[in-house]
Amino acid sequence: MRYLDEYRDADAVRAIAAAIHEATTRPWVIMEVCGGQTHSIVRYGLDTLLPDAIELVHGPGCPVCVTPLTMIDRAHAIAAREGVVFCSFGDMLRVPGSRGDLLSRKSEGADVRVVYSPLDAVRLAEAHPDREVVFFAIGFETTSPANAMAVKVAARRGLTNFSMLVSHVLVPPVIDAMLDAGDNRVQAFLGPGHVCTVMGTRQYEAIAARHGVPIVISGFEPLDLLDGVRRAVIQLEAGEARVDNAYARAVRPDGNPASRAVVDEVFEVCDRDWRGVGPIAASGLRLRAAYRDHDAAARFAVEDLRTAEPAECISGRVLRGLAKPSDCPAFGTRCTPEHPLGATMVSSEGACAAYFAYRADDLVTLGGGAR
Amino acid sequence: MSDDDAACPLPASRYERVVLGHGSGGRLSADLLADVFLAGYGDRGPDAREDSATLAVEAGRIALTTDAFVVHPRVFPGGDLGALAVYGTVNDLAVSGAVPRWLTAAFVIEEGLEVAELAALVASMRAACERADVTLVAGDTKVVDRGKGDGVFVTTTGVGVIPPGRSLSATAARPGDAVLVSGTMGDHGIAILSVREGLTLEGPVRSDAAPLASLVEAVLAAAPDARCLRDPTRGGLASTLNELAGASAVGIELDEPAVPVGDAVRGACEILGLDPLHVANEGKLVAIVPESSADAALSAMRAHPLGERAARVGRVVESRPGTVVLRTALGTRRVLSMLSGEALPRIC
Repeated sequence: MRYLDEYRDADAVRAIAAAIHEATTRPWVIMEVCGGQTHSIVRYGLDTLLPDAIELVHGPGCPVCVTPLTMIDRAHAIAAREGVVFCSFGDMLRVPGSRGDLLSRKSEGADVRVVYSPLDAVRLAEAHPDREVVFFAIGFETTSPANAMAVKVAARRGLTNFSMLVSHVLVPPVIDAMLDAGDNRVQAFLGPGHVCTVMGTRQYEAIAARHGVPIVISGFEPLDLLDGVRRAVIQLEAGEARVDNAYARAVRPDGNPASRAVVDEVFEVCDRDWRGVGPIAASGLRLRAAYRDHDAAARFAVEDLRTAEPAECISGRVLRGLAKPSDCPAFGTRCTPEHPLGATMVSSEGACAAYFAYRADDLVTLGGGAR
Repeated sequence: MSDDDAACPLPASRYERVVLGHGSGGRLSADLLADVFLAGYGDRGPDAREDSATLAVEAGRIALTTDAFVVHPRVFPGGDLGALAVYGTVNDLAVSGAVPRWLTAAFVIEEGLEVAELAALVASMRAACERADVTLVAGDTKVVDRGKGDGVFVTTTGVGVIPPGRSLSATAARPGDAVLVSGTMGDHGIAILSVREGLTLEGPVRSDAAPLASLVEAVLAAAPDARCLRDPTRGGLASTLNELAGASAVGIELDEPAVPVGDAVRGACEILGLDPLHVANEGKLVAIVPESSADAALSAMRAHPLGERAARVGRVVESRPGTVVLRTALGTRRVLSMLSGEALPRIC
């Protein structure tokens, strides 16, 4: 299949892996930021091709995983209302709130639907003027343009029965927060390819300069990821720290200006809580005042609903690269994809779910997996 | 005076949609039986109106299986609910080594279903029975209130006869055996998903729904010592192989690049974040055979119209009993797990 097979070519993968082995003289800790990258790494066993000296840690870039419990409980409260059609991307349905997941709410009679695009939810609102259609807008910068467009379209068509529960988060602030934390171990990043397709690379230049870390913007296919690691190792070994775009077939320095303009028109930056990480200033997006009519949290008066995270799950430490899923005593026993304790087990992009699906203890160890 | 004479002289009605009375057991029920089911299947004489079918069987063992069919939409590229209800059950018989012979069908019909749709469903089941060389010998209908069902649910029960000397079992796989599949994986699941969700794919994907008995006979003729056969339906090849690895207490190594997957299915799975190995099939066979019979079994599959893209995809090993290990195109290895819960499309 064109545009995929080229990036999964076994010979090319071996050649890059060999180049990484040759370039590596010391131990390095590299974080892949995106959940999609984690998924590919584990699915293709890419870490097993790396020298032992290189440790990959799995970052906070799984939008489902970092959505705070408070927000999930708000979603459930809205979904349970009479007359509401609650729309969500598929993997959000299994994320446990304080009391079960959205699939449980559906079994209790809530009208919960999987959509593939927020515009599908707008169409539902148009088709059912007697129902309140709510879309659960989660995700990073990648999904924000489509969500912004959905609100704009609903506003333009005067669809007063369409609203959005917004829990958008932004990548640069969480990278900053991790690097500022005293317990940080990460020495280089594979930057978020899809996010940068929208946002461009400039925000990351400031982070690389301020913290002295290489950031290699990487794609999601095996060759993309290994080439990202190779470029990161070359910078680390040379003592360099700059932004390097290894995903130039999709990412431009300025990103996609038209998409950014739509996002900027509809959303504004706000503080956000991150599941497992905690509150980070200016790390999220919310609807601007002009679109307040389409804000589901206000419409359904759930803004005061707040829930504390359960103590047992270590997903926060997993998300920050301080622990591996297998470090958790509940992993694979009390916590499985069928009964997830925390969100990193729920989404297939979550590090715990990826480990559960693809690893056996005796099959592979992580590259540099001494931890 | 007969009952009919005592009833109020209501005009006889022909309904375009199924009404509750069609499930009453009274005249409307009899009309539905005569107009739709007997007309559709062909009235098989006085036996069709008895309370049970009586079947003559030769010596040997009987295989018996039952399955309920719920699919949305009821008509999809490459098949419909009726075909699925026949093939799903006869295939469960066939992979047990049985020659499928008889079927029964029970219909739970939601009030309001168009009679024409029901007739089309019955016609499709009849065609499927003919293709699968089975006879539908008994049936039942119930009608539920509008809103209490999803159009129509069909449950079929199948009876087959296992010829003497044949024993296939999920527990029979042994280290060294070869794993074969009869064709491309994931066609049925993606065909359903593409119409259900209105996805526009690069090319048309048709369900592979088909009766497998003749393919099974061809494989067993070429490889009489075959260990076990399965049809990888819900949960896909991954779930089937995990079940077999568990039942036989062996490991299975699957060679990912060797597994046939059509381009359109691959593309759809890439977009939706699904693994074709987890997607349902309705007309494919998985065969575990001794290595010494593998080439003969593979040739027999490829010579059959349903097995043109058959491939050898893996082998049974001693290590990691109960586990399926996937060798990727990159030469790396990972665990291939069963599908967990419903396959949910990912956010990005």
